[in-house]
Amino acid sequence: MTPGPDQLLEMYAAMLRVRLFEERARELYAGGRIPGFIHLSVGQEAVAVGVCAALRRDDYLLSTHRGHGHLIAKGGSLRALMAELYGKASGCCKGKGGSMHIADASVGYLGANGVLAAGCVLAPGVGLSIQMRKTDQVVVAIFGDGAANRGPFHEGVNLAALWRAPAVFVCENNRWASTTAQAVSTAGGSIAQRAAGYGIPGVTVDGNEVLAVVEAVGEAVARARRGEGPSLVEAQTIRWLGHYEGDPQLYRGKDEVAEGRGRDPVGRLRQVLEERNLLDAAHAARIEAAVKGEIDDAVAFAEASPLPDARAAFEDLFAFYPWRD
Amino acid sequence: MATVEYAAALNLALREEMRRDPRVYVIGEDIVLGVPFGVTKGLAEEFGPERVLNAPISEAAIVGSALGAAMTGLRPVVDMHFADFVTCAMDEVANQIAKSRYMFGGQVDCPLVLRMPYGIGKSAGGHHSNSVEGWFINIPGLKICIPSTPRDARGLLKTAIRDPDPVMVFEHRGLYRVVGEVPDEEELIPLGSAEVKRPGSDVTVIATARMVHAALEAAELLAREGISAEVVDPRSLVPLDRETLAGSVAKTHRVVIAEEGPMRGSAGAWLAWVVMEECFDDLDGPIARVAGPNVPIPFSPPLEAACTPDSEAVAAACRQVLK
Repeated sequence: MTPGPDQLLEMYAAMLRVRLFEERARELYAGGRIPGFIHLSVGQEAVAVGVCAALRRDDYLLSTHRGHGHLIAKGGSLRALMAELYGKASGCCKGKGGSMHIADASVGYLGANGVLAAGCVLAPGVGLSIQMRKTDQVVVAIFGDGAANRGPFHEGVNLAALWRAPAVFVCENNRWASTTAQAVSTAGGSIAQRAAGYGIPGVTVDGNEVLAVVEAVGEAVARARRGEGPSLVEAQTIRWLGHYEGDPQLYRGKDEVAEGRGRDPVGRLRQVLEERNLLDAAHAARIEAAVKGEIDDAVAFAEASPLPDARAAFEDLFAFYPWRD
Repeated sequence: MATVEYAAALNLALREEMRRDPRVYVIGEDIVLGVPFGVTKGLAEEFGPERVLNAPISEAAIVGSALGAAMTGLRPVVDMHFADFVTCAMDEVANQIAKSRYMFGGQVDCPLVLRMPYGIGKSAGGHHSNSVEGWFINIPGLKICIPSTPRDARGLLKTAIRDPDPVMVFEHRGLYRVVGEVPDEEELIPLGSAEVKRPGSDVTVIATARMVHAALEAAELLAREGISAEVVDPRSLVPLDRETLAGSVAKTHRVVIAEEGPMRGSAGAWLAWVVMEECFDDLDGPIARVAGPNVPIPFSPPLEAACTPDSEAVAAACRQVLK
C-alpha cells in the first residue's frame, strides 16, 4: 500500500513518538523510576510503524518482549503504557504485566510476550476466530530473528497456512538473539525463505525504510483480508541499544550501531517528506513539540498515579472464582 | 435416566454445548474419527469440519491457537489426545493460558477447555500412561476438574465449556468404558462441588477419578470387616470444595487420600495439606496416602500392575489409620 500525504505525516509523528518514548523510558529507567528490566526498540521504529500503518484499529497484533513501539504504533495509550512500566495501578495491565507483558485489548494489541515466538501459535487461533466470526480483520504476529528458531514459529506458520488464516507473520530481524548473532544461530541465513517450506509468500524488506515495510506488510494484509491466507515478511533492522537496558554489549563492536544511525529510520522518513514538500523545519518542530508534550503528559500521569494496593495481587486471576483455594 | 458409558457422556456434553453455542468448537489430533477413545465420534457429521477440527500433530499450535481463539471470542475445547503430550505445549498452558488474564490486568477472558485423557492401563508404557494433574495444581490460573463417573463427566465438562476461564478436564483412560446413569434433562455440575460417593462413619477416603472406583471397592471389602468407609470425590481440584471434605472428616476423624499419580509433590499431597489445615483438631491420627510410586510407568504387565494403586491398597491404608 502507498500511504497518502496525511498518513505519511501521521507515520512520521508515530515514529517520533516511539523514538522519544523509548529514549525517555531509558532515562527514567537509568534514574530508577522504572523497576524490572526493559528492552528498547530505538532504531527499529520503522517496523512498528510500518506494520501498524497497514492495519486497522480493529486488527490484532501479537507482540514481543521488545513491544513498546508496537503498542504505541497500534494506537495504545501512552499514559497507560508509561504507567504500566512504572508498575502503577493506572497501567494498562494494572501493574501486573510490566514492560514485557503489556497489553491493550482496546486497540487489538493482544500482548507483548516474555517467551519467544509465543505469539506465532496464538496467531492461527486468532485467525480462526476471525474466520468463524466472519469479519474481515487480520492478525499480525511480530517475532524476532531469535524466535524464528523456536518450534512455535514453525508450528504456528504451518497451522496458519493449512487454515489459510488471515494472518501475517512479521520477523523483526535486528540481527541479535539476545547476545547471539543471527549468523551463528540461524541455519540457512534467510528467515523469509522459510515461508517457501509452508507454501506461503515470504519477502525480505529493509526494516529501516518505513515505506518498504508498509508496502510489504500492506500487500500481505490485503492478501489475508481477501481470504488468501498468511504471508511472512522479514524486516531487517538494527538495534541501536543493548538487548536490555544495562547490557554492556561486549559481543559487538560500535560499527554496527554507527551503521544503524547512518540509516536512521526516522531521519529517512523525514527526508522523504521534505523531498515531497510535505514537511518543512517549522512543521517538523511543531510535530516534535506535540509528541514531546504527549510523552511529558504520560510521564506526569505515571508519576502522579498511585502504586497498586497489595490486595490487587489477588485479583484478576479468574473471571469467576468465588471459592477459597 | 439413561445408562451410558463415560466416553458417551462426554460426547453428549460436547453435542449439547455445541448445539447451544456456535462459538464452541473442538480441536485435536484424530478427533473426526474420534480415535482412540470415541469421545468426539460423530461430532463432525453433526457440526461439520469447521467446528470439529482435525489438527496436525502439533501440540503447541493446537493449544496456542486455542488461546488466540478464546481471547478473541470463541470457546475452544482442545482434545489433548493423551495428556502426556501436553509437555509439547507446556509453555502455552503454563505461561500463556494460565497467565494471560492476570498479566493483562483482567482485560481478556480465556474461556477454553483442555480435555486431558490420562492415566495408567493396558501396557501403554511410559509416554502414554501418566497421571499429570499434579503438574497443573502448581500453576495458578488454571481450573482443574477430574470426573469419576459418566454423570460427573457430562455435568463438569458442560460447566467447563461455559466457564469464562481456562479449565482442564482430566479424563482417566480406564474410565471411558465405565457405565453409569446420566439424567435425561440438562445438568450442570458446578466446579468446586465435591460429592460423597458412599456414606460411612469410620474413615474418610478422599479419592479422584479411577481411584474413586477403587475406593468404592475397598469400602465393600471393609464393610465385611465391620469398617464403615466414606468415599468423597472432590470432582474438581481447583476450585476445591473444602467444606464437604472437612464435613466428612469431622464425622470420621480418620483420612485416607487416594490418587493414581506419583506420591511426590502431587494433588494428593496438596489435599493432605488442606485436610491438615481445615481439620487438624478433628483428626484422630495421621493421614495415610495411597498413590503411585515415584517411577515412570513401565510397560510389562506385572511391572505396570506393581505401579497401579488399587482397592487392596486403599483398604490396607484404611485399616492402618484405624489401628
